[in-house]
Amino acid sequence: MTPMKVLVIEDDRTAAAYLAKGLKEAGHVVDVANDGREGLFLAGSEHYDVMVVDRMLPGRDGLSLVEVLRAAGNDTPVLFLSALGSVEDRVKGLRSGGDDYLTKPFAFSELLARIEVLARRRSAAQPQTKLAVGDLEMDLLTRTVTRAGREIDLLPREFTLLEYLMRNAGSVVTRTMMLENVWDYHFDPQTNVIDVHIARLRQKIDRDFPTPLIHTVRGAGYSLRAAG
Amino acid sequence: MPRLLRTTTFRVALLYLCLFLGSVGVVLGVVYRSTAGFVERELNDAIAEDVGALRDRFERYGLSGLVDEVRHRSADPHTNSFYLVATPAGVLLAGNLSGWPSATPDDQGWLHFKVSETGGPAGNPATAQAVVFALPGNLRLLVGRDMTELDLVAKQIIGSLGWIAAVVAALGVSGGVLLSRSVLTRIEGINRTTRRIMDGDLSERVARSCNGDEIDRLAGNLNAMLDRIEALMAGMRQVTENIAHDLRTPLSRLRSRIELVLLHPEEDAEAYRAALQDALVEADRLLATFKALLSIAQVEAHAQRDDFRPVDLAAMAESAAELYEPLAEEKGLAFAVEIRARPSVAGNAQLLAQAVANLLDNAVKYTPEGGRVVLSVEAEGPEARVTIADSGPGIPADMREAVRQRFVRLDAARATPGNGLGLSLVEAVARLHRAQLRLEDNAPGLRASLVLPTGA
Repeated sequence: MTPMKVLVIEDDRTAAAYLAKGLKEAGHVVDVANDGREGLFLAGSEHYDVMVVDRMLPGRDGLSLVEVLRAAGNDTPVLFLSALGSVEDRVKGLRSGGDDYLTKPFAFSELLARIEVLARRRSAAQPQTKLAVGDLEMDLLTRTVTRAGREIDLLPREFTLLEYLMRNAGSVVTRTMMLENVWDYHFDPQTNVIDVHIARLRQKIDRDFPTPLIHTVRGAGYSLRAAG
Repeated sequence: MPRLLRTTTFRVALLYLCLFLGSVGVVLGVVYRSTAGFVERELNDAIAEDVGALRDRFERYGLSGLVDEVRHRSADPHTNSFYLVATPAGVLLAGNLSGWPSATPDDQGWLHFKVSETGGPAGNPATAQAVVFALPGNLRLLVGRDMTELDLVAKQIIGSLGWIAAVVAALGVSGGVLLSRSVLTRIEGINRTTRRIMDGDLSERVARSCNGDEIDRLAGNLNAMLDRIEALMAGMRQVTENIAHDLRTPLSRLRSRIELVLLHPEEDAEAYRAALQDALVEADRLLATFKALLSIAQVEAHAQRDDFRPVDLAAMAESAAELYEPLAEEKGLAFAVEIRARPSVAGNAQLLAQAVANLLDNAVKYTPEGGRVVLSVEAEGPEARVTIADSGPGIPADMREAVRQRFVRLDAARATPGNGLGLSLVEAVARLHRAQLRLEDNAPGLRASLVLPTGA
C-alpha cells in the first residue's frame, strides 16, 4: 500500500494520539486537529488522501464541517467516527457528505482497512466493465468469472462478494465491511458468518490453482491479491 | 370536620339541603293555610250567621225579643259562643260575659280578648274572638266564639310542622355528612395508598368496593397503572441485576487473567503476547455485549415509527437465508427457504433483518448435526409471518416468556457461545413493529415466528 496522507479531526486527545500512532506505524503520514476550526483550516490548506472526522467536535461539529468542505468543492473521502450508532445517525452522517461511518468503540484494524479502501476508491473512480486480479477475471456485463481461462460458476451473492473483494484488491477488507457492502447489513450477526462465505469462495476460486488469491489477515479480515 | 366542610361532596349536599328545606317550607305553609285558615274562616262564617239571626230577632221582636234570645242562648252551658247586649251607657242587658271586653277592635273589626278577664260561661281561661254590632238606639251587640280549640289546632299544626322541619333538616344534614364522609373515606383510602406507594411499596393496591361506580373505576385504572409500573420496575431491576452479573463475570475473568500474567515477571514476551490477545478477545466480547444492550435500548426507546418504509419481507428473508445457508450447510443441517407469499410491511428494514438474522442464528447454533432448519414467509389476511422452524432441542413451554428477557439463557445453552440478548432484541424489534414474536413447539424443535401487521 502506498503511503497516504491522513487528517484526523478528533477532540479526544488520547484517542487522536492513538489513531496517529497506529496510522504512522502502518506507514501513513498523519496530521491531527483537535477541534473543528483547526480541522477546517488544515483540510482547506493541504491536500489529504482521506480524513477521519469525529462527529461531535467543539467549535464546529463534524457534520457541518464536512458539509462546508463539500460545498467548497473538496471531495476528499471522509470517514466519520461516532459514539452514536443508530441507523439514523449513520444515514445522517452519510447524507452530510461522509463516505463511511464507524461507531466507537472500534478495532484499529477496522479503521485502517476502511480508510485504505476509501483512499483507493477515489483513484479508481471511472466505471469499469471488467475487473482483473492476477489470472482472475470478472466481466460485470455478462456476469461471468474466469480464472486462468476456466469459467467459475458462482451464486449471485458469491459474485457480489467477489466483486467487492476485487474492487478493493490489495486492501484489507473486514468482515463488517463485507456485511455492509455485500448484504447492506449494518449490524453484527452473533455468529461469524462471513468466514464460511469466504471458505466457500476459496473452494471455487483457489482450490484448483497453485497460488491462492484470497488471503486471511489476522485480526482484521481478508485481502484479495495476486502473488508478488 | 373543617376538612369535611371543604369537600365538594359536602358543599353539594349542603346546597341540596337548603333547596330541600325551602321547598318543604313552602309545602308546609300551604298545608297550614288550608287547615288552620279553613277552620278560622268557618268560625267567621258562623259568627256572621249568628249576627244576622240576632239582628233579625231584634228587628222583628224589639229589644226584649233580642234579650230573650241572647239569654236563651247564653243559658246553654255547653255553648262555645259568647253574647253580650249593652245599652249606650254601658249597662249589660243580657249575655254570658261578665263585662265588656276592654280590647280594641283590629282593622277588620275583630276583638280579641281573654275570656277569663270578662268571665266566660265555663269560666275557662280561653281566648275569644268577637265582633261588635251596633243596633238602632245606640245599643251594642257582641257576638263571639271561643277560640280555644282553634288556637289548639293551630298550635298543634305549627308544632308538627316544626317537628317535620327539624327532622327533615336533621336528616338532610346527617345524610349530607354521611354521604360526603363515605366518598371522602374512599378517596382518603386512595390517597393513603398512593402515599404508601410513594414511600416505595409498589405492591400496594387501591381497595375497590364492588358497585363499579366512578371511584371504583378510578381505583381500577390506578391499579392497572400500578401493575404496569411494577412490571416495568421489575423488568428494570432484573435487567440491572443481569447486567451487573453478566458483565461482572467476564470483567473479573479479564482482570484475573491480566493479574495472573503480571504476577510472574519472569514470563517471556510470547506469554505476555498470548495474555494480551486473550484480554483483547475478552474485551471484544464485552464490547459486543454492550453493543447488543445498546441496540435493544435504542430499539425500545425508538418509539416513533416515522422512519418506517415498505419492506419486502420475502426479499429480506431470502437475503438473510443467503447469509446463513453456508453456515447451516457447514454444520450438516438441511436448510430450506419456503416463500409462500411476498407481503410488504411498514418497518425498519435493518432492524427486521437483524431480528430474522438473530432467529436464524439461534436455529443454526442450537440444532444438532443432521437436523433441519426451515425459513418460511407467509401472508394470511392482515398478517405477514416470517417463521424459522428447527429440529433442535426447542424451548420448554415454561421458559418461552423468560427467554425474551435480557441475559436469560436456557441452562442447556450455556455451553454454546452467546450473550442471551438475541431474543431480547427480536422481542424489542417485534414490539416496535407492533408485531408478535411467537415461540412454539415444532415437535421436535422450536418454531419462532414474527407475526407482522400488513395493514391490509
